[in-house]
Amino acid sequence: MKYVDEFRDGEKARVLVSEIETLVSSMALPPDRPLYLMEVCGGHTHSIFRYGLEGMLPKQIELVHGPGCPVCVLPMGRVDDCVAIAENPNVIFTTFGDAMRVPGSKKSLLQAKADGADVRMVYSPMDALELARRNPEREVVFFGLGFETTMPSTALTILEAESEGIRNFSVFCNHITIVPTIKAILDSPGLQLDGFLGPGHVSMVIGTAPYEFIANFYRKPMVVAGFEPLDILHSIWMLLKQIKEGRSEVENQYARVVPDAGNDAALNAVARIYELREFFEWRGLGSIDHSGVRLRKAYAHFDAERKFAIPNVRIADPKSCQCGEVLKGTLKPWQCKVFGTSCTPEVPLGALMVSSEGACAAYYQYGGQRRRVEVV
Amino acid sequence: MNILPFVRTRRLGKVSVSSVTLAHGGGGKAMKDLVDDVFVAAFDARGEPLEDQARFDLNALGAHGDRLAFTTDSFVVDPLFFPGGDIGKLAVCGTVNDLAVGGARPLFLSCAVILEEGVEVDLLRRVTRSMARTANDAGVRIVTGDTKVVPRGACDKIFMTTTGIGMIPVGIDLGVDKACPNDVVLVNGLLGDHGAAILCARGDMALETPIESDCACLHGLIGALLAAAPGTRFIRDATRGGIATVLNEIAEASHVSIEIEEGRTPIREEVKAFCEILGLDPLYLANEGKIVAIVPADQADAALAAMRGHPLGRDAAAIGRIGSEIEGRVTMRTALGGRRIVDMLVGEQLPRIC
Repeated sequence: MKYVDEFRDGEKARVLVSEIETLVSSMALPPDRPLYLMEVCGGHTHSIFRYGLEGMLPKQIELVHGPGCPVCVLPMGRVDDCVAIAENPNVIFTTFGDAMRVPGSKKSLLQAKADGADVRMVYSPMDALELARRNPEREVVFFGLGFETTMPSTALTILEAESEGIRNFSVFCNHITIVPTIKAILDSPGLQLDGFLGPGHVSMVIGTAPYEFIANFYRKPMVVAGFEPLDILHSIWMLLKQIKEGRSEVENQYARVVPDAGNDAALNAVARIYELREFFEWRGLGSIDHSGVRLRKAYAHFDAERKFAIPNVRIADPKSCQCGEVLKGTLKPWQCKVFGTSCTPEVPLGALMVSSEGACAAYYQYGGQRRRVEVV
Repeated sequence: MNILPFVRTRRLGKVSVSSVTLAHGGGGKAMKDLVDDVFVAAFDARGEPLEDQARFDLNALGAHGDRLAFTTDSFVVDPLFFPGGDIGKLAVCGTVNDLAVGGARPLFLSCAVILEEGVEVDLLRRVTRSMARTANDAGVRIVTGDTKVVPRGACDKIFMTTTGIGMIPVGIDLGVDKACPNDVVLVNGLLGDHGAAILCARGDMALETPIESDCACLHGLIGALLAAAPGTRFIRDATRGGIATVLNEIAEASHVSIEIEEGRTPIREEVKAFCEILGLDPLYLANEGKIVAIVPADQADAALAAMRGHPLGRDAAAIGRIGSEIEGRVTMRTALGGRRIVDMLVGEQLPRIC
């Protein structure tokens, strides 16, 4: 595959790994304190496991799997709201595939579908709009989910619906923003992080400037990273170089996709459609100020939250679930009390077990460091 | 009185309406006409008396082997017609392959059909003709069957069950628990075509690809493989759950580990790209014309050559080895040089969000 295989070249990977080893050994790190590098984005977590990158890195580098899986941080109460909307007999409820399995307090969307709700998987919000065009007598609701990566496509779909005068389409908006979330992690007590692999596709929309505070205020280096294995190795090398040279800057490894200034057209659409919520509830992390968006009043007729009666009840995470600690990087997935016992991909208790981008599901499926030690 | 002038030879009925109604399942003339017109005509059973059961001569069967193989499979594929096949072809190939992977020579099939009221008779004719053609090419006969009609909404157009009988030749004894360390893992070609073709044909993904289902009867290929590598331990067709699922079943049953090499695992560029876009893993995509064969190392070259010499095995490859590390564990050496676990699929593969 052109433009993909080039970034999966085994020979180049070996060169990068050996460069990383050289850098690490020149840094004279204490043996009991590895470098903790957090990859913010679930896409990175998935790649790291899929290509077995952790096992290729020197043991002085420990990767911490961050909160950037929008499916994983979705709280139970919001899933209950989805189910309540979907169970409305006149509704066609549309969603991205991996949100189907996220457990609510009573059921997931997949179970709601089995019980008779009309829940359909779509690949794009535009597919949901097409369903609305073809089913004028039904209400089509799109489950708007994701960070800034998917925000613009939902916004553009609403603008398209507006220009066509489509009235039977609405969005259940659960879009979230990455910057307040990174800030919440940086502010959490007892945090040991030496640097960040920055989210590639979010940055494609918002650019690299919004991360400057991480470097300037928190003095942590960040490298905005692509998703192919060579991108990730290269970004780790760039982070190490910053750490060694005592720099803390925002660097852009993914410049082939991420313009430093972001994408104007996308940002304009986002600004037209959404406004910040005062706070938004995250699974595992609790409530974070200004971390979510909702539709502006001018687009209220596309807002499923206003169109449908939803329970809007906060459901506490299960007591035994330690997703929060894992998300903040203070626990490794396998250190969670319920990992692989009462929480598995088949019956996920915590959200990190649900999506293949969730750190726990990735560990479970592809084998994390501990499991690898077992194997090799 | 001489009644002979009044006895006519059995005349085949003809369906005169364009779609199936509940009357076609009622047991009366309408049903007889449907069976005659659509099934008997296609399966070329004309002129033979229609009994309620097929009858086999045991001595004739015994000439093919010393053990009877017996299997059944149901088909509910949506859409009914897809690039590279249709439900009829699939129903014949699926059951033929389930017999063949046990080393059996497939001989006879049954065909039970559940029809949703309103299905077009022409559509049904196309399906039965496709079944007949596939069975004919495979050298198996469809010898018995059943038809039911259910009200609209009680099934989805056509559901089908085929049951197959075959004979296992003397001396062949394949088993999922027979894999040994150092054995070689072979596949007969490009993986994931069927799963990708069906997902595309459903149209939910709004993607157009040239990928066709690999749906094919594999007993010829398997015959060639067993002749070249008589020590073959085990063969299975990698249908639902893909090759990853088959490998996990072998690792578990044989108490071995398996390691495959990403760089040697044959996957079409289009399937790779399709999976890349949707966030799927081709190792879990269904195949309908692909087998995994476990062969002792000293017969692997012969087995591979035999498969490559067959039209359905041109892209055959040795993709890995049986090991003795952790029982039941399947791993993949990635092209990048890393290593990852290939676990059983949980539920259905769902596309990732971003």
